[in-house]
Amino acid sequence: MKEEHGHRPGKKTYKYGMVIDLDKCTGCGACMVACMAENNISFRKDETNKLVSNFWMRVYKITNGRSFPDTDVCYIPRPCMHCEGHGHHHHTPCVSVCPACATDYDHETGIVSQIYTRCFGCRYCMAACPYHARVFNWWDPSWPKGMEKYLSPDVSPRMRGVVEKCTFCHHRLQRARNKTYSEGRREIREDEYQTACTQACPAGAITFGDLKNPEHKVHKLVEEGKKKKIAFRLLEKLGTNPKVYYVSTKDWVQKAADVYLGEEGKPVTHA
Amino acid sequence: MKLDRRGFIQFSLGAGAGITLSPLPWKLTDDFSIWTQNWPWTPVPRTGEVTHVNTVSKHCGSGITLRKVGDRATKIEGRKGYPVNDGGISIQTAADLQLLYGPWRVPGPLRRVGKRGSGHWENISWEKAIGDVVQKLSDLRRKGKSHTVACILGSDRGTVPQLFSRFLKAYGSPNFIRTASCDDTYELAMSLMQGAAASVAYDLEHAKYILSFGCGLIEGWGSTVRVIKAHSIWRSGNLKERATLVQIEPRLSNTAAKADQWYPINPGTEGALALGLAHVIIKKSLYHTDFVENHTFGFEDWTDDSGRRHIGFKRLVLKKYSPNAVSRITGLSAKKIVRLATAFAKADRPIAVWGRGKGTTSGSLYECMAVHALNALVGNINKIGGVSTLPEVATETWPKVDQDHIARTGSGMPRIDGAGGSRYPFTRYLPERWPQIVNGHKACLIEALLVHEADPYYTTLDSAAVARAFDRIPFVVSFSTLMDETAYHADLILPNPHYLERWEDAPTPTGLQVPILGLVRPVVSPQFDTRHAGDVILTIAKRLGGVVGDAFPWEDYETVLKETIGDKWDTLEEAGYIEEADYTPPVWENAFATASGKFEFYITAFEQAGMKINKDLQCLPHYEPAQPEGNPATYPLILIPVELTRLANGAVGNPPFCMKTLEETELKKNDLFIEVNPKTAAKYRLSEGQDTMLETPRGKARVLVHLFEGIMPGVIAIPKGLGHTAYDDYLAGKGVNTNSLMGVTEDPISGLSATWGIRAKLTRV
Repeated sequence: MKEEHGHRPGKKTYKYGMVIDLDKCTGCGACMVACMAENNISFRKDETNKLVSNFWMRVYKITNGRSFPDTDVCYIPRPCMHCEGHGHHHHTPCVSVCPACATDYDHETGIVSQIYTRCFGCRYCMAACPYHARVFNWWDPSWPKGMEKYLSPDVSPRMRGVVEKCTFCHHRLQRARNKTYSEGRREIREDEYQTACTQACPAGAITFGDLKNPEHKVHKLVEEGKKKKIAFRLLEKLGTNPKVYYVSTKDWVQKAADVYLGEEGKPVTHA
Repeated sequence: MKLDRRGFIQFSLGAGAGITLSPLPWKLTDDFSIWTQNWPWTPVPRTGEVTHVNTVSKHCGSGITLRKVGDRATKIEGRKGYPVNDGGISIQTAADLQLLYGPWRVPGPLRRVGKRGSGHWENISWEKAIGDVVQKLSDLRRKGKSHTVACILGSDRGTVPQLFSRFLKAYGSPNFIRTASCDDTYELAMSLMQGAAASVAYDLEHAKYILSFGCGLIEGWGSTVRVIKAHSIWRSGNLKERATLVQIEPRLSNTAAKADQWYPINPGTEGALALGLAHVIIKKSLYHTDFVENHTFGFEDWTDDSGRRHIGFKRLVLKKYSPNAVSRITGLSAKKIVRLATAFAKADRPIAVWGRGKGTTSGSLYECMAVHALNALVGNINKIGGVSTLPEVATETWPKVDQDHIARTGSGMPRIDGAGGSRYPFTRYLPERWPQIVNGHKACLIEALLVHEADPYYTTLDSAAVARAFDRIPFVVSFSTLMDETAYHADLILPNPHYLERWEDAPTPTGLQVPILGLVRPVVSPQFDTRHAGDVILTIAKRLGGVVGDAFPWEDYETVLKETIGDKWDTLEEAGYIEEADYTPPVWENAFATASGKFEFYITAFEQAGMKINKDLQCLPHYEPAQPEGNPATYPLILIPVELTRLANGAVGNPPFCMKTLEETELKKNDLFIEVNPKTAAKYRLSEGQDTMLETPRGKARVLVHLFEGIMPGVIAIPKGLGHTAYDDYLAGKGVNTNSLMGVTEDPISGLSATWGIRAKLTRV
């Protein structure tokens, strides 16, 4: 078999991914704020235009489009899907279009990286991403006086003109690697590498881990979800092969995730 | 040389290939990326030694872990293993570092210069600031006006609120006021029905059928993380093991969206529905016979010592609240009422919970009692998965205050809010009532007001009346950490350190069924020139001297805290909390400290307190239609303020990160959206995003329309927590403060605010 790009032969590979239980998600937004705090994400006085608002993790609110009192609402947290793609025709949509090699798919971890210093802001990746997971810095970040004090040295603040996105808290993986190395171990334990949103979620709706490792909770949840036919991914038909799985017992939510149009000409409405 | 077509193409392709293969494009791309990036002006966060320290969040009582780099706090995370939240974190706490380091902080003691509310301040020393307060208070005391001093706090539990309360006692004023919450009504209901003067505790983790009367369980009722965690427990396990959540509310809130069943009913008719359910439960004999027969009073008709017949709860409910009658009031079909009642009563571990939204309003006493009566009917009082009273970890009691003549006279004066008087003997605080009393008197009723961890200027109903009342108070002192509305309209600000910079105890979070005492400790060095409110009160008392000074024998606040915790201090300091995990509420035989020694459907305490009782109905949970303020002809719609998870609407403003998470259908630039059902919108020719004037009898505001199928036709919803005027541009000037549109509807028996909405009209602009 032909070795895939970036994959060192003989090296153990991981496939980090997420399972989000939409039955448990309450739409509280703690994941969004935890993400912003963890990753030095900037903010401005007016953040009401969501087209230019900077979110790595965004919770969408969708409705079933039915009228009162049969209306229902579901919240869908959306980090970067870290699409794996498969075969020759389906590759990570953003990686294949980047002219600056600023984003790459790491076959060792399954994480789609973003290198801010390489990015020159053409935004092809944003156009290519079917999940709106990428955001552009239209302005230089600025923090009100005193607030720079809380910035974390683990994630470099970005500047105007570059694209950024969820990295599955890659710096936490590096931290975990350092820790295992310093303790003379080779394997990172499941609890040693968790994303900020996973950790923050008060509902425990987000589970993170190695999808390939049968010992990890994510693996079990995906298997169980597939068996019960309640696990799905967003826009699965595009063949992007995302590594973020969702679980919902609600039929309309599962259909909406694949942008199911219901009756012809009657789109699913997004509240 | 002639260039033909073939030659041109060959040349172009050759040039293209040549350039591509040369380093030129790659070098240019690289340079371009460097040229376009002006990295030097993005901050480079300093590195340093990484440490983790634990403390407790003052917002929700959750345990938190601070990740520090050097002396900087860089992240707040939920503390793993802490009994309330075990690792999870609430959205507001997660954004707390923005408040700690942000420009909203009051930098040091400030004295107003210029007009009140003009925002002009002078920096003064702590010595002078405290001197000002002492001067004012000692003058008032000397003049025999000690009772005109009032304190408004957000809580009355814990050592700091207790210091304020003790101060007033020694100084000579009855006016300790706690800002509104559902605790006001719950404490009353629990004291009347169960004889326990404490708020409610719900064993949500073990309940299997949760019937919520408008509680914003997911929005942040009680301790946010704890309730959301309980919701996840309800959703775990196989379908048989899963609990059922039923939400009764006119709007599809987050809680309603997460519920298994959502029953929208006419707003304000929750009490009627509870009694309708009671009717079905009693009629079908589905109630807990042992509890109702042996441990309750007033269920059946009874005869008192003088031989007078009284009607019982059973007869009242059977007579007046048939499913058909209740259906007419609530708008819910009789069939659904019967089905709901049966499911509730037959469920394993059912629980009925009450308290609108996040529990930041008081509400109707009879409605609360009607809902609590359902808990009695299914016999879940003090049971696993049931209801009990909020327990506290026992601490050392303080020495008695030796009052002098002034203190005794002053404390014995009637309260300015009218609570505890002959009209409302059972009510402890009437936080929504004092502004109208102050405004209604010619004389100056409050000479000095001290405000701590509360923002009454913003959170009290009927903003215009509150502003007028503030204008009539000559001396307002705020202890606020942040420049909130009350601080902005104060004469003096004595800033308290942020909770990450100070010591304090955190009593059991609201609604929790296990006694927990958390320790708030300084984990960050003080960022500004602040002083602990506890220490400031001690200093003021000592400087006033006499009995006031004698009432505070402690050297400083830390000594107060340590001595209050007593023997448990070492455990508390080491673990960061004390949890009495094996606590169980008393068994039914010893549970009720009422006159009858039982759970009382019929409240005997009213008559004992000398209240005039004309008919039995007054002493029984019943439904009194509370018409919202306003004339239906002029104001055809009903406006209900709603609370959102991502929008803090209490004493602390919403941090920038949380503002960012608001939906695009909630706020657009500086305009907020109201939710309108498409049917209502069609009637008034309104479309999505329409610029509209919203008018109520109390005020008007420009808003945008969001069409939402999740709101009942004829009802419009407006989010609480916006319309700030203080803080800064990240929060101020956005949207409308709902309190400016609302009035106070007094509950007849408690005097508390029973406001849940107001009549309104919409006009296109």
